[in-house]
Amino acid sequence: MTGDVDLHFLDAVPTDAEKAAVDTVLGPPESGWDGGERQSADLRFAAGGHAARGRRDLLLPALHAVNDRIGWISQAALDYICRRLTVPPAEAYGVASFYAMFALHQRPRRVVHVCTDIACAARGSDRLCADLTERLGAPGTERQDLTWHESPCLGMCERAPAALAIEAGDPPAYAVAAPATAEALMPSPAAEGSPNGHRPATTFSPAPLPGSAPEPPEAAAVPQAGDPGLVLLRRIGTVDPQSLDDYRAHGGYAALREALRLGPSGVIREVSDSGLVGRGGAAFPTGRKWEGTARRPETPRYLVCNADESEPGTFKDRVLMEGDPFSVIEAMTIAGYANGATTGYLYIRGEYPRALSRLENAIARARARGLLGTDILGSGFDFDIEIRRGAGAYICGEETAIFNSIEGLRGEPRTKPPFPVERGLFDQPTAVNNVETLVNVLPIMLMGGPAYARIGTGSSTGPKLFCVSGSVRRPGVYEVPFGATLRELLELAGGAGTGDTPRQPRAVLLGGAAGGFVRGDELDIPLTFEGARDAGATLGSGVVLVLDDSVDLAAILVRIAAFFRDESCGQCVPCRVGTVRQEEALRRLQLGSGPRRTDLALLREVGAAMRDASICGLGQTAWNAVESAIDRLGVFGAEKETLKEVR
Amino acid sequence: MTTTPVTLAPPRRLVDVTIDGREVRVPEGSTIMEACEAMGTDVPTLCYGDTLAPRNACRVCVVEVEGARTLAPACSRAVEEGMAVATDSERVRHSRKMVLELLGSSVDLSTTPKVDEWNERYGARPDRFGPRADPAPLGERDARHAGTHEVGDGSVAATVEQPAKVDNDLYVRDYGKCIMCYKCVDACGEQWQNSFAIGIAGRGFDARVSTEHDVALPDSACVYCGNCIEVCPTGALSFATEFDMRAEGTWDEERQTQTTTVCTYCGVGCNVTLHVQDNEIVKVTSPHDNPVTHGNLCIKGRFGFQHVQQRRRD
Ligand SMILES: Cc1cc2nc3c(=O)[nH]c(=O)nc-3n(C[C@H](O)[C@H](O)[C@H](O)COP(=O)(O)O)c2cc1C
Ligand code: SF4
Ligand code: SF4
Ligand code: SF4
Ligand code: FES
Ligand code: FES
Repeated sequence: MTGDVDLHFLDAVPTDAEKAAVDTVLGPPESGWDGGERQSADLRFAAGGHAARGRRDLLLPALHAVNDRIGWISQAALDYICRRLTVPPAEAYGVASFYAMFALHQRPRRVVHVCTDIACAARGSDRLCADLTERLGAPGTERQDLTWHESPCLGMCERAPAALAIEAGDPPAYAVAAPATAEALMPSPAAEGSPNGHRPATTFSPAPLPGSAPEPPEAAAVPQAGDPGLVLLRRIGTVDPQSLDDYRAHGGYAALREALRLGPSGVIREVSDSGLVGRGGAAFPTGRKWEGTARRPETPRYLVCNADESEPGTFKDRVLMEGDPFSVIEAMTIAGYANGATTGYLYIRGEYPRALSRLENAIARARARGLLGTDILGSGFDFDIEIRRGAGAYICGEETAIFNSIEGLRGEPRTKPPFPVERGLFDQPTAVNNVETLVNVLPIMLMGGPAYARIGTGSSTGPKLFCVSGSVRRPGVYEVPFGATLRELLELAGGAGTGDTPRQPRAVLLGGAAGGFVRGDELDIPLTFEGARDAGATLGSGVVLVLDDSVDLAAILVRIAAFFRDESCGQCVPCRVGTVRQEEALRRLQLGSGPRRTDLALLREVGAAMRDASICGLGQTAWNAVESAIDRLGVFGAEKETLKEVR
Repeated sequence: MTTTPVTLAPPRRLVDVTIDGREVRVPEGSTIMEACEAMGTDVPTLCYGDTLAPRNACRVCVVEVEGARTLAPACSRAVEEGMAVATDSERVRHSRKMVLELLGSSVDLSTTPKVDEWNERYGARPDRFGPRADPAPLGERDARHAGTHEVGDGSVAATVEQPAKVDNDLYVRDYGKCIMCYKCVDACGEQWQNSFAIGIAGRGFDARVSTEHDVALPDSACVYCGNCIEVCPTGALSFATEFDMRAEGTWDEERQTQTTTVCTYCGVGCNVTLHVQDNEIVKVTSPHDNPVTHGNLCIKGRFGFQHVQQRRRD
């Protein structure tokens, strides 16, 4: 990539702690050229990049290592990483500054992320923020021991309002406060490293930050837990998520045995017969994707498990990874086998510390038992999994941005064609699948594709997870077969309202910020891909976010617009500037400070160009929810003009 | 006399495509833009560079491909047999208009060629998003953190305007004029210069071209080849001479002549085009069609003209 060029570095000297952090990921430096002690031989041979040149994909882990331990990434630390990996500093700076979780200026060790996104806004995050502002100062105020800031959805919407505190250290520690109160987020005595001086096997300390309440058990997010009729969620709350033995005792790894018996093409046939389509939002047939990848002549081929889960209102993948992590590992192994991949990357969003710990543990245990590695179960099949942690960028869940992020580039989507099945990760054929999609492969192996296809409706097969949050009495992840109506799902969740108080649902956001609103009187919509489509809506990633009359809809729309403005990668003009103009027009409409009809027309014009001319799904959907709120909910009053008339 | 057959690249297959209802036959692998050129159909472009791999970032060149859900960038999408393309449909005109308005309302396009003509053609009115916000103080945009911003009240249209970065004697970076086409970064990086002095930093509307940590150019890896200036489509990057003369109000392209000659500094023999106004060299470019150098020079060819003249700077 950077070839045989002499890179220019700054002359800043990293601290021992910064060097040690980087060396945990990259190993000790070999010579003075990559930042080690200078030796006389270094003056004769430029040995810098040879081993390191192919390791650009370690850039993101190295940035994390410094940010995790020190709390921010100094010029000297970045420079040291660049020397070690032979990455030009300007490029590494471009990568580091792409992610919200990385700080390039010194800041307090503890950073509190307070969610102000839709579900949390519907459950009082504004009051929480006001309280915090009073006690700690405005968001971004840096006190000696802590700083806090407003965050997009943290994927803990069932416990809204949510907050996540991360404290840098060796190891870093975290605490989640959900539902959060200002009291619970107040600074407490700093953590004293790990209790016994050993580094835990997981990135984050297993002990929560001192002074914080223990996180509720994994199953607390699954009100149906223990229901024998469940398929995808059946083990959650009944299996010990840390124990491989317990997983096997609950039927774990039977699906992999069946897959190895069927052979790769047999697996793909069953998956095709099952009618399974992707659960990450785009609903692409999984069997067709795998056929396309497996058929390619190029090797190696890769599998990527997309666990970036950052669509506001989505938390189902977190619940699967926290409550049944071995199922994700087993499913990835089967997918790797079917696609002829020997390496799978699991890309998990940076704000999921518990899920990360569970997966790190599961991978280590599976490896120790020969369920990952070489010759798995005596089949001759070799497969292993690498975890890559995102760092606060919704766009990295886009199926090609995820490749760039893993490769150590800025998480910008690539141009399609070529599609991932031809040229994906490291430009090799790649199957990229959502966590929930993969987990569905386990029952498909066990019951067979045709039997699975009989669950649900003709064109939406199988069980489906829905993330029910907002103004609903029992928020959580629910599993229902495709075909249940929105009303039935809400009844399962105790109906609209909070606690003991039932309320009338005013609107339901289906599919997240990239989806759209339906009215509270449209609850007979069947929850199938075709049912949602016919109703002019989308299921997207399974978000069902209920809003009642107490919610300020205009404020919610401004929050959605701000989300897209913040999360746009900035590559293409319609999205980069369109999301800004959308937010400005919505603010004028919210405040009543502009000409209403003109601003509504402006929104439509900007929206049409974002939908038509943006590079990727982010820009193409950035106006969906706003459009549906205007047209379906009449949020800014009736407005009859169509795009044609205003052009 | 017998001739030895010379091995040529295998002849490219031809494919038939329809552009605005008219059929054209072009070599396989051509872009839609090349097919349009073959027919004499004009396609506006901003981020496309004739010496660089397409980034298709600006989207001003979008066209409608029959059967596709979204519009396609003509500058990079390859033609396919039987493809039917519309370059002037309502959807195309709308998106082009919006791209021009979105850029025009957020960037200073006063030195970007052809923009006025395109604004007129597509009916773009960049001023309709409200009064422009005040320019940011120097360095403020560079310090922004990804994923967060101050939500304004919508009374002004946000822009990328800011003071120019003047940190060396040779050229100026006036990022208030930057449309984020990525061309300078690609020219500085692996496509040509391999200096990697600049990259894209930040995200979304706060994305910007930057050295590491926004250090001044003299502290960066820049070798002042000026190859970034050569490809910049907006005048965001310009010779210090041009920048100063524009500030003085003395820059006048009508009075300039261009003379292409061979650089005398070394034996490579690069072509240099000297732009002369009032008997003074005011900037140096290099022909993009030179088969060896493709518009690239080094610091000597690009900026080494001072010794033939002494421009007074006071
Ligand atoms: C902006 C954006 C963000 C996305 N984020 C995610 C995500 O976090 N998780 C996910 O599985 N898919 C996400 N997707 C969808 C992926 O592009 C892709 O369709 C999916 O991972 C494919 O897996 P599937 O076929 O199993 O659904 C996102 C798409 C876009 C445009
Ligand atoms: S649509 Fe938005 S997120 Fe997607 S490539 Fe364009 S700027 Fe980036
Ligand atoms: S002058 Fe040359 S080295 Fe300097 S930034 Fe421009 S292209 Fe890069
Ligand atoms: S400075 Fe010029 S070449 Fe570089 S991105 Fe901006 S407009 Fe493009
Ligand atoms: S955690 Fe707050 S909206 Fe999801
Ligand atoms: S010129 Fe084609 S996208 Fe910019």
